Amino acid sequence: MMNKILENTIKENLKEGKRLDGRGLDDFRPVKVETGVIAKAEGSALVTLGNAKVMAGIKVNVGTPFPDTPDKGVLMTGAEFTAMSHEEYEPGPPGPAAIEVARVTDRTIREGEIIDVSNLVIEAGEKVWMVFADIYSINADGNMFDSSALAVMAALNTAKMPEYKDGQVIRENLKKNLPVDGMAVSVTFCKIGDAIIVDPTMQEEKLLEARLTVGIKDGNIVALQKGGDGGFTDAELGDILDRAMVHSKKLLKVLK
Amino acid sequence: METKPDYLVKAGKRLDGRKLDEVRKMKIETGVIAEADGSAMVEVGKTRVIAAVYGPRELHPKHLTLPDRARLRVKYDMFSFSVEDRKRPGPGRREIEISKVMTEAFNSVVITERFPRAAIDVFVQIIQADASTRIAGLNAASIALADAGIPMKGMVTGVTFGKLYDAKGKSYMAVDVYKPEDQWGQADIAYAKCMSNDETVLLQMDGNVTKAELLEGKAMADKCMVEVYEEQVAALKAKYER
Repeated sequence: MMNKILENTIKENLKEGKRLDGRGLDDFRPVKVETGVIAKAEGSALVTLGNAKVMAGIKVNVGTPFPDTPDKGVLMTGAEFTAMSHEEYEPGPPGPAAIEVARVTDRTIREGEIIDVSNLVIEAGEKVWMVFADIYSINADGNMFDSSALAVMAALNTAKMPEYKDGQVIRENLKKNLPVDGMAVSVTFCKIGDAIIVDPTMQEEKLLEARLTVGIKDGNIVALQKGGDGGFTDAELGDILDRAMVHSKKLLKVLK
Repeated sequence: METKPDYLVKAGKRLDGRKLDEVRKMKIETGVIAEADGSAMVEVGKTRVIAAVYGPRELHPKHLTLPDRARLRVKYDMFSFSVEDRKRPGPGRREIEISKVMTEAFNSVVITERFPRAAIDVFVQIIQADASTRIAGLNAASIALADAGIPMKGMVTGVTFGKLYDAKGKSYMAVDVYKPEDQWGQADIAYAKCMSNDETVLLQMDGNVTKAELLEGKAMADKCMVEVYEEQVAALKAKYER
């Protein structure tokens, strides 16, 4: 719960185009991406977005393919809002909000065709590589969607492939990269009153009337997810799509 | 369809003979579940869903109570035999996500402030799936809520759209995708509006489109929404004119 004074302060400031952390409506927080932060993982990244910190790790295992895609490897994305990362989060299995973040991130990566799963086959119909991308909030301060997409993208970019020899998975001295093609990012906007802000903080997310996440690769839209208990007008949607394109280019530069 | 077809569009027609801007044949029936406070069945081609509304009623568990409004809960799930490969019973991650966005869509139109502390439960069951199930479910739930007498700012009406291709690889936007188009098309977009204020209340996409393509498909869907909305209203009226 947020007290009324804070809520009013945020809303009054937004009317003047200002945000409590000093940003304008269309300013992203400073983004920092560190990769290779977990030695045990095949790939990993820690993304800092202002105060928010999110970590993603990649593990690659051998498994059996899904019956409907025997000639394809598997990509699985999970997300957990850890109890350590915010006073309002509790331990336990991921709730609807975390599941939504995982699935929207998964869509941006999958539909962006970042990983060629047909390249992850060991023996068609029998054995394939399964890529697990797991996201954990370290310090929660809003915009889990974009920080997760950045973290997973950065972790995949730097991930190494294990080897499979004589029924054994070898994870030492790995040189071969995961088959990654291109880069996708997402950009999230929230509507509070008449203001449409990019990269919301946790405080701002609590007041959001509507939210839209736009997944982008090579200037094309690869994922969309609307959330929140309110709606968007057509003019607002057009504005968001234009602004998302501009932000996506800046985020891609950070990833490079 | 096991293998990718060479085309989904040929001479302006789709594999099932529809035009690009044509929705499948719809059948809507209001009041299909006598026990419920409101209910509706929507059939769109082979997709068939039932939505049932219970409430406003007492909310359990109590700690979920909202002091100033009702808690609206939409639960989407599929029958295990509604799809080709049996779906494991019970909600998985996909169903939890869809339930969340559907709840949010209806939260923007239902006047929950009228029923503090109460629950309004909407159960959306997919009986048979041939793509565009969440939108069929949304359209059914909208009628079921109205049938239950729940006050709303307006009806929620949805139409899906997607991106299809012809034998030469040229792309086309089309409304109301069915299974082969959902499976093999280049994009799949679930889209719904509140018809009284024209605001987008649900929007989800996976695939790959340009902004121009997205807006083209959206404009096509907007036109079809009027048709679907009229069918929703007609089905609702039909129950009370019987």
